[in-house]
Amino acid sequence: MLKRAQGLAPWLLAPALMVSSYQSMAEEVERWRFNMPEGVTSVSQNVYGLHMQMFWWCVGIGVVVFGVMFFSMIFHRKSRGVKPAHFHESTALELLWTVIPVVILVLMAWPATTSLIKLYDSSDADMDVLITGYQWRWKYDYLGEDVSFFSNLSTPREQIEGLAPKGPHYLLETDEHLVVPVNKKIRFLITANDVIHAWWVPALGVKKDAIPGFIKETWTRIEEPGIYRGQCAELCGKDHGFMPIVVEAVSEEDYRAWIENKKAEAAAIRELTSKTFSFDELYARGEEVYNRSCAACHQANGEGVPGVFPSLKGVGVAVGPIDNHIDVVVNGVRGTAMQAFGAQLSEVDVAAVVTYERNAWGNNMGDMTQPIDIYNHKQGK
Amino acid sequence: MAHGPAKGLTRWLYTTNHKDIGSMYLWFSFAMFILGGIFALVIRAELFQPGLQIVEPNLFNQMTTLHGLVMVFGAVMPAFVGLANWMIPMMVGAPDMALPRMNNWSFWILPFAFTMLVSTLFMEGGAPNFGWTFYAPLSTTYAPPSVTFFIFAVHIMGASSIMGSINIIATILNMRAPGMTMMKMPLFVWTWLITAYLLIAVMPVLAGVVTMMLMDIHFGTSFFNAAGGGDPVLFQHVFWFFGHPEVYIMILPAFGIVSAIIPTFARKPLFGYSSMVYATAAIAFLSFIVWAHHMFTAGMPLAGELFFMYATMLIAVPTGVKVFNWTATMFKGSMTFETPMLFSIAFVILFTIGGFSGLMLAIAPADFQYHDTYFVVAHFHYVLVPGAIFSITAGVYYWLPKWCGKMYSEVMGKTHFWLAFIGLNLTFFPMHFSGLAGMPRRIPDYHMMFADWNMISSIGAFLFGGAQILFLYIVISTIISGKKATDKVWENPEGLEWTVPSPAPYHTFSTPPEVK
Amino acid sequence: MKLPMPQNPIHALCLKLGALGFAMFAFAVWIMPPIYDVFCEVTGLNGKTGGRYEARVAGVDNERLITVQFLATNNEGMPWSFAPEVQSVRVHPGEQTVIHYRAHNPTGKDMVGQAIPSLVPFKATSYFHKTECFCFEQQLLKAGESADLPMYFIVDPDLPSQVHTITLSYALFDVTDRYPELLVSSAQLSNEATAQP
Repeated sequence: MLKRAQGLAPWLLAPALMVSSYQSMAEEVERWRFNMPEGVTSVSQNVYGLHMQMFWWCVGIGVVVFGVMFFSMIFHRKSRGVKPAHFHESTALELLWTVIPVVILVLMAWPATTSLIKLYDSSDADMDVLITGYQWRWKYDYLGEDVSFFSNLSTPREQIEGLAPKGPHYLLETDEHLVVPVNKKIRFLITANDVIHAWWVPALGVKKDAIPGFIKETWTRIEEPGIYRGQCAELCGKDHGFMPIVVEAVSEEDYRAWIENKKAEAAAIRELTSKTFSFDELYARGEEVYNRSCAACHQANGEGVPGVFPSLKGVGVAVGPIDNHIDVVVNGVRGTAMQAFGAQLSEVDVAAVVTYERNAWGNNMGDMTQPIDIYNHKQGK
Repeated sequence: MAHGPAKGLTRWLYTTNHKDIGSMYLWFSFAMFILGGIFALVIRAELFQPGLQIVEPNLFNQMTTLHGLVMVFGAVMPAFVGLANWMIPMMVGAPDMALPRMNNWSFWILPFAFTMLVSTLFMEGGAPNFGWTFYAPLSTTYAPPSVTFFIFAVHIMGASSIMGSINIIATILNMRAPGMTMMKMPLFVWTWLITAYLLIAVMPVLAGVVTMMLMDIHFGTSFFNAAGGGDPVLFQHVFWFFGHPEVYIMILPAFGIVSAIIPTFARKPLFGYSSMVYATAAIAFLSFIVWAHHMFTAGMPLAGELFFMYATMLIAVPTGVKVFNWTATMFKGSMTFETPMLFSIAFVILFTIGGFSGLMLAIAPADFQYHDTYFVVAHFHYVLVPGAIFSITAGVYYWLPKWCGKMYSEVMGKTHFWLAFIGLNLTFFPMHFSGLAGMPRRIPDYHMMFADWNMISSIGAFLFGGAQILFLYIVISTIISGKKATDKVWENPEGLEWTVPSPAPYHTFSTPPEVK
Repeated sequence: MKLPMPQNPIHALCLKLGALGFAMFAFAVWIMPPIYDVFCEVTGLNGKTGGRYEARVAGVDNERLITVQFLATNNEGMPWSFAPEVQSVRVHPGEQTVIHYRAHNPTGKDMVGQAIPSLVPFKATSYFHKTECFCFEQQLLKAGESADLPMYFIVDPDLPSQVHTITLSYALFDVTDRYPELLVSSAQLSNEATAQP
């Protein structure tokens, strides 16, 4: 159960490693960050303003109350020879310090109310994106555009396990970005595939829970082009900390070009489905797919986690009948964590990963499968 | 009729004496505090640096879950019940609790429940890994097999709390010495009376929600499953209907303890006794109508969101009244700063800081940036650690000489205080920053921009943990070889407990005292 | 009617407190979920559209056009293909419209699916009436079978004026384990059919 600590060396060298790894990254990594970002939307900036207002109110009240306390602690001590007073009640004071806080609260609640009302108005958006939380990745569907894809964490496992230096966007990078146009009102329709997740991008000031079986809506209008990173914000299982979000806001023209590109990509994948691949092509592509989509549970060495995720090395579906293997990958296994990857991976990728699993780690089944086989399997043939 | 305690181990198994049972609750809660602390140190060790070095994510989730469950149900709540058992009968001039045999049962089912809960670490599939707040469907459809034992353990803990609360209410309402009217009771008794009603009202709701979970998991119902027409958000509503009063259950007795200690060391009566009683009642009442502030991002309709925002902000008023009253008690007093007073003053200041972050969290639109980040973790650890835990520690230092007849070493006590104070602030203050910087909760690994704060938090956590070992040493060495304590112990403390000898005889107030 | 209480006041109090505890348990299990459901149904909050719409709507509002969008998602492990035939329609409030979803079971096993609706914005939920919907019942699809799933709806003319777009999403769940009788009865029917000379 316990991960092997990679020897004592990292621990002894930890301070030095920390310093040296930061030195190479000083420009990219902002350290010692105290406060939330102001963000790039009117909502995030409004929220930042509210946050600072509340903060200063609290500082003010704290200074007054703690000031009185510290004054007492210094001047009303027995060691100064002070005799204690005897007063122990005052209705006037009690009223005063009940009414004044209520007034302060009203002053705080007023701007908070107007902000919330604005935040809740998702109507009349320029475009809609359906966001679905999966264990442990996000799916984005651009409604009306027929563009849809999964977005997976793309930080290599070696970085997580300390075998390679961490990149500047460690754990905050994905293979696919949610690309959107600036200055357009974008409505997000949010749901989940399995458990509750939450979609959160601090720079946009947007956070909404993703509830399985229900859709919730929220919106944003990004005022500055750029890349904005966020994370899942509701415990959703093992890899809750490993399903980030990357939003890329671009000009309208760039957005349209990207959409066309995505459609072309999808068309190309569909075309690839009828193509015949060589064993080596399938194996190589399969290894990439495996590391991206399967290794989190079944591990890079195929051995899985005993009692939790089955091993694929020398046992199970990977060394059994190929049709059964394809069925498990495409349709998942009901009642377990094995999802229906047929809905998430293209036919090419499924064919590749099945081929890889049957031949890696010494399995050497010698067989392979083509995308058209996967397509046919999905059709029930 | 009065006689000394029985001999041997069976004394503890069969005792119906409130002092014995109070001691057992306190020792049990301390052991759970250390265990919950070990889970926390595993978490902090993993979070010391970015990267996965020590535990796998699934085990990390088990650690966070068990840390929360053990601390809430095993450390804080039993500690307060232990203090209630020891002190309430003496404070009201009663010979014992109203139902002494049920009192024994209330205690002894707890070690059973926690053994079962912690043993899930060694079961197939591991311990519960869905957070102490166990939202469905992560805790139903996707839970490990140990979830059934978790549910069973929760039922048992709940039964213990409910029985204990019935006992406390019955004792306070029926067994006060003649002359002790309600408005003459020490504030610790008032806060526990109100807490006990809260417990009876909401622990059954917790039992209800885990029963519904059990039905969904094993009997094909769909309370929280959309497929059958249910709703995962219903879980959150029912859970937090319990959960919010629960956090007030964990702080109201603390208010009572601190309200006993500060007047003693300021040598001045508690300021605004009746306001303190009404404020406590107001907090308890308001605690029932704020639950959905834990669900601001779940997609509630606007009117609901606004209502819960206003109601939550309102709780700041009676809480503030209490803080002002403690301050006014100190003001123009003649203070000395023995260990109980240090812990109590730190309580007032640091609990208030926790209250400030709570007020910020109440602002719903801002909460969209705070929810499920370390900012929330900072908030509740400030109200629970320098809040509940410090008040319990203060109470132990304050009353230990009465319990065992020996004084603790003031130098050691102060050392414990400063180590704990520095440790906890190092641990939890930076969490405000890592949360605002964007670090979510319940993650075993994070981007380098959060690394500095996490490293400081981890160092602070180990310091705080070490301080608790010192506390253990202090308590044990006091009991074994402390200097003899006087009956009054302190200069002029108020309350019936100081009118009996130190150590308190096995049976006190077999004849009720006269209260003027 | 005076209930018999124990003589000892302590025991009487404990009985009352115990009853309070039990009442709170009953409240949590038997009252809170139904209240939640009724509250959601009556206010339409939470986006749960109701059951079959029986009443008749008076008149069509030809001045107004509402966009109704259709989404389809598959819940975890549900391998059927499931999608609406059109992504959205524009309708007049008061006018009955029909749209179709298509579902296909690509596996080698008979399965039962349940479509769960969810609608935004919440304030529109009680104004969206379904006279006929595939979501009212479970759907049995045998291995390899496809189905055309119609949904008849009317948008109420009283829909608040600020609402211009309604988004209706169906999440498809695999409920085969909950409805084994549907598989059995369909097998029986096909046996009888094949038994016919």
